[in-house]
Amino acid sequence: MTATADAPPTVTAPAETAPAPRRRRRTNAAIGLVAWMVGLIFVAPVIWMLLTSFHSEPDAATNPPSVFAPLTVEGYANFFGADGGATPWPPLLNSLTASIVSTAFVLVLAVPAAYALSIRPVEKWRDVLFFFLSTKMLPVVAGLLPVYLIAQGLGVLDNIWLLIVVYTSMNLPIAVWMMRSFLAEVPGEVLEAAALDGCSLTRSLRTIVIPMVLPGIAATALICFIFSWNELLFARVLTGTVAQTAPVFLIGFVTSQGLFLAKVCAAAVVVSLPVLIAGFAAQDKLVQGLSLGAIK
Amino acid sequence: MTRSGMRALLLALVLVTSTACAGWGGGVGAGGPNSINVLMVNNPQMVDLQRLTAEHFTKQTGITVNFTVLPENDVRDKISQEFSSQAGQYDVATVSNFEVPIYARSRWIAPLDDFIAADPGFDQADILGPMTASLTAADGKIYGEPFYGESSFLMYRADVLAEKGLTMPAKPTWDEVARLAAQLDGARPGMKGICLRGQPGWGQVFAPLTTVVNTFGGTWFTADWRAQVNAPEFTEAVQFYVDLVRTHGEIGAPQAGFTECLNNMIQGNVAMWYDATSAAGSLEAADSPVRGKIGYSPAPVKLTESSGWLYAWSWAIQNASTKKDHAWKFISWASSKEYERLVGERLGWSKVPAGKRASTYENPDYLAESAAFAAPTKAAIESADPRNPGVQPRPALGIQFVDIPEFPDLGTQVSLQISSAIAGQVTVEQALDRGQQLAEDVAERYRSRLEGNA
Amino acid sequence: MSTTVEKPASPAAVRPNEPSTLKKAGAWARRAPLLPALIFMIVVTQLPFVGTLIISFMNWNAYYPDERGFAGFDNFVRVLTDVNTRDAIITTIILTASVVLVSLFLGVVIALLLDRAFLGRGIVRTMMITPFLIVPVAAALLWKHALFNPEYGLLNGVLTGLFGENAPQPDWLTNAPLLSVIIALVWQWTPFMMLIILAGLQSKPLDVIEAAQIDGCSNWQIFRHMTFPHLRQYLELGGLLGSIYIVQNFDAVFTITSGSLGTANLPYTIYQTFFQAQDYGRASAAGVVVVIGTIIIATFALRSVSSLFKQEGSR
Repeated sequence: MTATADAPPTVTAPAETAPAPRRRRRTNAAIGLVAWMVGLIFVAPVIWMLLTSFHSEPDAATNPPSVFAPLTVEGYANFFGADGGATPWPPLLNSLTASIVSTAFVLVLAVPAAYALSIRPVEKWRDVLFFFLSTKMLPVVAGLLPVYLIAQGLGVLDNIWLLIVVYTSMNLPIAVWMMRSFLAEVPGEVLEAAALDGCSLTRSLRTIVIPMVLPGIAATALICFIFSWNELLFARVLTGTVAQTAPVFLIGFVTSQGLFLAKVCAAAVVVSLPVLIAGFAAQDKLVQGLSLGAIK
Repeated sequence: MTRSGMRALLLALVLVTSTACAGWGGGVGAGGPNSINVLMVNNPQMVDLQRLTAEHFTKQTGITVNFTVLPENDVRDKISQEFSSQAGQYDVATVSNFEVPIYARSRWIAPLDDFIAADPGFDQADILGPMTASLTAADGKIYGEPFYGESSFLMYRADVLAEKGLTMPAKPTWDEVARLAAQLDGARPGMKGICLRGQPGWGQVFAPLTTVVNTFGGTWFTADWRAQVNAPEFTEAVQFYVDLVRTHGEIGAPQAGFTECLNNMIQGNVAMWYDATSAAGSLEAADSPVRGKIGYSPAPVKLTESSGWLYAWSWAIQNASTKKDHAWKFISWASSKEYERLVGERLGWSKVPAGKRASTYENPDYLAESAAFAAPTKAAIESADPRNPGVQPRPALGIQFVDIPEFPDLGTQVSLQISSAIAGQVTVEQALDRGQQLAEDVAERYRSRLEGNA
Repeated sequence: MSTTVEKPASPAAVRPNEPSTLKKAGAWARRAPLLPALIFMIVVTQLPFVGTLIISFMNWNAYYPDERGFAGFDNFVRVLTDVNTRDAIITTIILTASVVLVSLFLGVVIALLLDRAFLGRGIVRTMMITPFLIVPVAAALLWKHALFNPEYGLLNGVLTGLFGENAPQPDWLTNAPLLSVIIALVWQWTPFMMLIILAGLQSKPLDVIEAAQIDGCSNWQIFRHMTFPHLRQYLELGGLLGSIYIVQNFDAVFTITSGSLGTANLPYTIYQTFFQAQDYGRASAAGVVVVIGTIIIATFALRSVSSLFKQEGSR
């Protein structure tokens, strides 16, 4: 570390000398400013959605848009059924159930499969990976009818378990791909060292490998949860009154006869809330998980 | 993961799974022999019905009603999927006088004559003639009951016309309306002459547009199934409509549907609006800024006596339903005079699902509230003739549509072209030539079916 | 320094003298963890696919149940010669390519910004991932009604605010429908790309970069010769995943423009054929055509161009 060397551009606080830091700080401050502006631009529509959800219906549809209109919780009250409409709790509960259970199934199936494609791979692992990917190539709409007919034949229409099975199959390929990349990053030496120390394979898996890829598992789980929660097409076609999910409930507010913007914004905020909370809580796990190579 | 962490996860999983098991054929939203499932569009009148059902229907009859409410496009797709496969998930659905004859022919919905005969309190005779006619299938049986009906008429800002010293004729023609639109452009700051739908969709832009085609002497198909989409009359009508919207129509016309025009009218962005009679209820609502300022005159004509359309959101019972008796009880209540009175007293008389019963238009409370538009609405509905809406005979029923299963797809595809024409991206000729190709495809199939049967 | 240890792919080659039964047992032991997932996927996805395949050879229109029957290749001929299908394919390609490339580019730029330390970096990152967490159909509704609307939408409102009464008030959805859909999708997917690239940036080999900097390399040289190659597999992963999801995108097209004015992509066209025309045979044929086309493209892309499959992950 000489006096004139530039510190590497990393997160950790570098040991810096006198002339460099001012330049570094100014560059970083400029970058920070640009980053803040970009961040604000990206989040602006969401802020606007939040603001509109607190306006009354006529105020939400004025030209030009009224930013400072009086705030009201009318939209939320209507969404929660204050005026005698349907309550959102059943759909929200259905969405939660479908997302959590299908994510759990996905993990249970994907982790061993990824293991069999990375750490101790089967012979045709490329073909298997490609097969998993190819299941996502059929347009969902084209597969809708056979699924509907099969479900009708089995008598499982409007049943949350049908959705769980469908969502599991929807997310499994991506989970397998992601978990495979994470498991592939686990250094062979670690497992060899554990074997030398007398660990059985399952035990070394449980105590060494799984903890290592835990951020990756968290990242995969979060992605699966997000995609399951947001899914609309299958839910709209395959559910009815019992298994209706939150996004289907949400679109029920979009009417072609009357004003609806404030209500829909309120509904969108509430329906997006679980995903927002999960995403915010786990975002560093997400980045960490996706960058598992950094553990070396 | 630690042992206690594992246990916690397992516990959570078990809890969630048991909650999910509750959803297995029951649970949140309930099945059971005393419940029915209703699939309906989310128009304001239906949403009101949903609010009043628990207290007034379920309490009286003990029948729980589970609703699924969706926007119009989504609900149509779901209904057609459901009824064509006879899945039995829903007992009742809101269909329109477009679907009822088609579904009846395919035996997807149940005939209601026996229920009507056993329920004199329903008073079928009170239902307006054209409504009943449009919900009767070819075999003469009634397959649907209207919930609310509408025709179309011209709504205009009477105050703005008075300011400019203009008068609306008692039976306006389209040429007169075009002239008025030109004169009313800019009558108030930012105000355009007229609002006309431009949004793609067989039930959006083509609802008013087909009535204009009819009254200009055009038609989609001749009686012997020849497509007439780029015929001179059809072209003249569409050219007129597109020109009128482009020069004196609302901003954002290619995306403007019923809601956008309603909003424009309420906000004072347009001086006239040709659209459904059901709009009047919103325009005259208590909190509407234009309440009391709107005049109503019959749908503009050119070569015909009348040109208003006919449309009724109606109830139909799925043939695969196992609870048809309960379903009829619900329909009978929802379309009854008692329900109309209930809405009038509880929510206001302008929210009554009108346009289906003659008695509504004799009810003094209703008339007091809706004096401005009640008579024009009733007149518009009664003058609508779904069998003979134009100057030539038609091969199928329908004023603003052609009552064949192919029409939604055909109408929507051609409407995409019309919207592009309104946006100025294609000429009317190009749009209609493309439309003619699509319509000829459909017509050819019908001709071959006719020849096959001959 | 390398991400993985290069090892031969075939496990059998390691132990050439092993008796065949043990080898077979070893092979099955390797397959066993894979089987549950594989069997599940085959049952749940291939059965419906076979159903779609069968229906694509049938003449099945729900409104004419009497006319149901075998149709041979009629449906495929109609799908491939239909003008709508051609337009839909072009639209899908334009939509996917634009959204993936633009959001990938923006994702890289923003990830580079977020890789530096500055005040409130965590907050900015949180703000950035928010669009991806909004339910897509809600986001589409938001864009259509609250942002793009020419009268009360925020975009035109901002223009009025900036330029006064006579500001241009473009009708976004009418004049630039495909662009509007692209903007809405880029907004939603840039966070996804950004996260993947950020992960790549935060896993880059720092000591090598440090050494290069000591040797006097400029920031641009470091980026071009060291960071970018390392990022390549992350870029490819982001591009691959993004493409898969956006080719299938339905919510945005359905909600924002209802497939009108040239925005109808393949999923929307197939949906329309299913639900409005009720022509199940033709819609299924279109689905099969899409699968075949995608497999061809994906095979080419993954096996010859991409480095994802070349990475040896075996032991």
